[in-house]
Amino acid sequence: MRFDLISRVGAKLFLPFILLFGLYVQFHGDFGPGGGFQAGVIAAAMIILYAIIFGLPAAQRVVPPLVVEIMIPLGVMIYAGTGIAALLKGGNYLNYSTLGHDQVHAQELGILLVELGVLITVAGTMIAIFYAFAGRGR
Amino acid sequence: MVLLTLLAVITIGVVRLRNLFAVVILGGAYSFLMASVMIVLDAVDVAMTEASVGAGISTVLMLGTLYLTKTEEVRPVHTPVLPLFVAIITGAVLVYGTLDLPPFGIADAPIHAHVAPYYFQNSIPETGVPNVVTSVLASYRGYDTLGETSVIFCAGIAVLMLLKGRRARKGAGKPGKGGKA
Repeated sequence: MRFDLISRVGAKLFLPFILLFGLYVQFHGDFGPGGGFQAGVIAAAMIILYAIIFGLPAAQRVVPPLVVEIMIPLGVMIYAGTGIAALLKGGNYLNYSTLGHDQVHAQELGILLVELGVLITVAGTMIAIFYAFAGRGR
Repeated sequence: MVLLTLLAVITIGVVRLRNLFAVVILGGAYSFLMASVMIVLDAVDVAMTEASVGAGISTVLMLGTLYLTKTEEVRPVHTPVLPLFVAIITGAVLVYGTLDLPPFGIADAPIHAHVAPYYFQNSIPETGVPNVVTSVLASYRGYDTLGETSVIFCAGIAVLMLLKGRRARKGAGKPGKGGKA
């Protein structure tokens, strides 16, 4: 672990930009390629890179396994909750048109929330699977 | 064409090689080539997913699995004749199925005449989202994406149960050996 100076320094340089790129893919998904799924995978890849370079315990201090296990159902709940919110506002399930003051804004808000739910579930699942694999000793 | 040739070369390499480490790395290269094919086909969203999931996460998970097992593939004990036969028949049936498809890229193919024109005409006025992929995925076809998210949720929970549940049981069973009879 002491001799991998280059990968450590390189990873430290890269990590924030990977997360930034993930957020860009998330919030720019309306205009360019990308969306919640891709952004979730990129965010999870950042944590996985961190775990590979600095060791699993260090990564689990940043993102504890409990948080990851909460993230998996939380994303689905945000997604389903958006649908229920539309339902309570008097629209159809997952029809976002009633969420805002006009159609376009409502749709954008709904898509944003839904993509956020996808991001959280995907990132949580990917990190959880990686933790489960990496946590098993030989 | 170049990309497809490279894909074929990698596939043959994966079949021929016995060193699983090399096979995993070739699998990552295959995914990147596949992502390039998707970009050539103008499916940028799919390309991004393929590059991040296929080449990134699954390669890492495969390497993690390799760490737990041996890195050399065992020589097969059966002759490969029957699997080869099944693969050739399946491939032939699939190729036969493509013969009825409309020519590639033709504008009046059935898939372009059904709901796609509605999405292209109404995505911006109705949702204000210029990327039609996103508006279809998250708004018009929200139910489908909810289902996909649930599938990911189920997959995550299942993997956690399989990989962590066993260890918890093992750990719980250790202290009291005759506890549960």
